[in-house]
Amino acid sequence: MRLDIILRVLAKLLIPFAVMFASYVQFHGDFGPGGGFQAGVIAAAAVIFYALIYGLPSARKVVPDALVEAMIALGVLIYAGVGVAGLLLGGNFLDYFVLAHDPVHGQHRGIFWVEVGVLVTVFAVMLKIFYVFAGRSRSPVDSEDAS
Amino acid sequence: MLKQHLPILLVIVPLITAPLIVLLRRPLLSWMAAMLASVVTLIIAIPLLQQAVDQGVISYAIGTWPAPLGIEYRVDAANAFVALIVALMAVFVMPYCRTGIAAEVRSEEHYLFYAMMMLCLAGLLGILLTGDAFNLFVFLEISSLATYVLIAMGRDRRALVASYQYLLMGTIGATLYVIGIGLLYLQTGTLNLADLAQRLPVMGDVRATLAALAFITVGISLKIALFPLHLWLPNAYAYSPSAVSAFLAATATKVSIYVLMRYFFTIFGETVVFDARYTGTLLLALSLAAMFIPAVVAIFQKDVKRLLAYSSVSQIGYITLGISLSSVGGLTAAVAHLFNHALTKGGMFLILGGVVLRYGGASLERMAGLGRTMPIAAFAFVLGGLSLIGIPGTAGFISKWYLVTAAMEEGQWWLAGAVMLSSLLAVIYVWRFVEVAYFREPPEGSPSRGEAPLSMLLPGLAMIAACLWFGLDATWSGSMARAAAEALAGAWK
Repeated sequence: MRLDIILRVLAKLLIPFAVMFASYVQFHGDFGPGGGFQAGVIAAAAVIFYALIYGLPSARKVVPDALVEAMIALGVLIYAGVGVAGLLLGGNFLDYFVLAHDPVHGQHRGIFWVEVGVLVTVFAVMLKIFYVFAGRSRSPVDSEDAS
Repeated sequence: MLKQHLPILLVIVPLITAPLIVLLRRPLLSWMAAMLASVVTLIIAIPLLQQAVDQGVISYAIGTWPAPLGIEYRVDAANAFVALIVALMAVFVMPYCRTGIAAEVRSEEHYLFYAMMMLCLAGLLGILLTGDAFNLFVFLEISSLATYVLIAMGRDRRALVASYQYLLMGTIGATLYVIGIGLLYLQTGTLNLADLAQRLPVMGDVRATLAALAFITVGISLKIALFPLHLWLPNAYAYSPSAVSAFLAATATKVSIYVLMRYFFTIFGETVVFDARYTGTLLLALSLAAMFIPAVVAIFQKDVKRLLAYSSVSQIGYITLGISLSSVGGLTAAVAHLFNHALTKGGMFLILGGVVLRYGGASLERMAGLGRTMPIAAFAFVLGGLSLIGIPGTAGFISKWYLVTAAMEEGQWWLAGAVMLSSLLAVIYVWRFVEVAYFREPPEGSPSRGEAPLSMLLPGLAMIAACLWFGLDATWSGSMARAAAEALAGAWK
C-alpha cells in the first residue's frame, strides 16, 4: 500500500468532495431528491474509501468504534426527540406544526432535525457494518502492515 | 392532557430507552433503565386498557395528520388487553434478567441485551397498537430483528443456528405479509386498517383480495408457529437465554395471533374468511394437528426447554382452534388462552431458568431428585404443568372451559373430546418431569444445590401464583377476554 502514491493523493483530493457532496444531499433534501439516508451512505462511503486506501486502523483512529456506536443510538434519539418535542409543545407525537410559530416553518424545522437523526444513524450503521466485516477478514499480519 | 397520548407513549417509552441504554453502556445502569421503562410501560398500559374498555375505540393521529393519510394508532379492548399482557410479561422478566443474564451473557454485551429487549418490547407493542398495515410490518421487523439477536445471545453455540433458522423463516413470513399488504394497497389505495376494513367489502369477492388473504394468513402463521410452520420455534426457545425464552414464549407468538385475529375478523370480515370458503375447516384441521402432534413430540424430548417449546406449539393449537370456530365465544376462548398461557408458560420458563442456572443445563436426566434439591422451584414448575394440562383451579382450566363451551355452542361436541384427549397428552409430558423430579434419587454425591437466587425465583413464582389466581377467580380475565372478542368481531365501528 505504501507505494500507491497515486491512490493516496487521489483519495486525499476526493474525500473532501465526497463529504461536501454528502452535506449537499443532506441539506438540499428539503427541496430536491436526497435526505438523511442517502447523505449518510455517502458520508460513510467517504470514510470507507479512506479506510480502503489508508488502512482500517487509521480509519478507526479518525472515527473510533465507540463514537460509531454512540452515533447509532444518538441518531435514533434525535429522531425520537423531535417527536417528543412535538408532544411537549402541545401537539401529537412527531407533530411538526407546533415546532415553530408558523406551521410551515415548523414542518421545515421538524423535517430538518429528523433528517439529521437519520443521517447520524445511517452513517454510523454503515460504518459499523464495514468495521465488523473488515475487522474479521483481516489477518493480524495485514493490519500491522497497514498501520 | 397526558391521557390522550397514552397510545403513543406506550410504544415510545421502550423505543427511546433502547438507544439510551446503548449510550449508558454500564450493565447495572442499562438494567435499571430497562426495568424502569418496563414498569412505566405497564403503568401506561393499565389506564389505556381502562380507557379502551370505557370508550370503545381510541384513535391517535401521529404528527396530527388525519387518519387515512397519516399513520393512525387505533386502540380498542382487544389490542389494549394484549398490550397489557406484553407489558406485564416485561415487568416479570426484567427483575429476573439481572442475575439470570449475568450467568448467560458476557458482561460487555449486557447493554446490548437490554437494548434489544427494549426494541423487542417496543416492536411488539407497536404491532399491537398501530392502525396502519405497513407500520405494522415495520414494527414486526423491529421486534423480529431484536428477537434474532436475543436468541443468538444464548450460551449454547447452537443458539446461532437456531437464530439463523428463525431469521430465515421469520423473513419469509414478513415477506409474505408485505406481498399481501401490497395486493390490498393496489386494490384499495389505502394502508389504514380501519379504512381497509371499510373498503374491502365494497370490492366484492375479488381474486386479488383472496390472494392477499392467503399471503397474510400464511405469513403471519409462520410468525405464530402454527403447525406445520412451527419448525423454527423449538430450537429458538431451547437455546436462547432463559429470560428470552420466557419473554418470547409469553409474548411474541401471542402478538402475531392478535394480528391474525385482527385481519380475519376486523379487516377481511367473517363472511369473506370463514363463510365463503374453507378457511375455518382448514384452520380447525391444523389446530387439531397442532394440539396432538407436537404434544406427542414433547413427550419424547430429553431437554425440558424443548419439551416446553413443543408444548407451546401444541397450546397455540388451542388458541387457533378458538379462532377457527369464528364465534364470539371461540374468540373469547382464544383471547383468554392467550392470557392464561402467557402466564403459565412464561412462569414455567422463568422457574426452569433458575434450575438451569444451578444445574448447568436443561436436560431431563440431570433433574433427577429436583423435588429434594430445589423443592420450591420443582413444585412451582409442577403447578405450571397442571395449568398446561388444564386442571380445575389453574388458569389453563378456565381457557379450556371457554373453548369447550364455545365448541358446544357451535354444536361441535366432538371437539370437547379432542380437547380432553390432547390434555391427556399434556398429562404425560408433565408427568415425565414429575417422575424424574420426585421419584428418582438425586445422583450420588451431588451436593445439595439449593434454590435459585431470589431475584430469579420470585418473578417465576409470581407468575405461577397469578396463574393460580386467575384459575380461581377469572372474573377480570374472563370479562377482558370477552370485551376483546367483541371488539375484534365488532369491526371497529
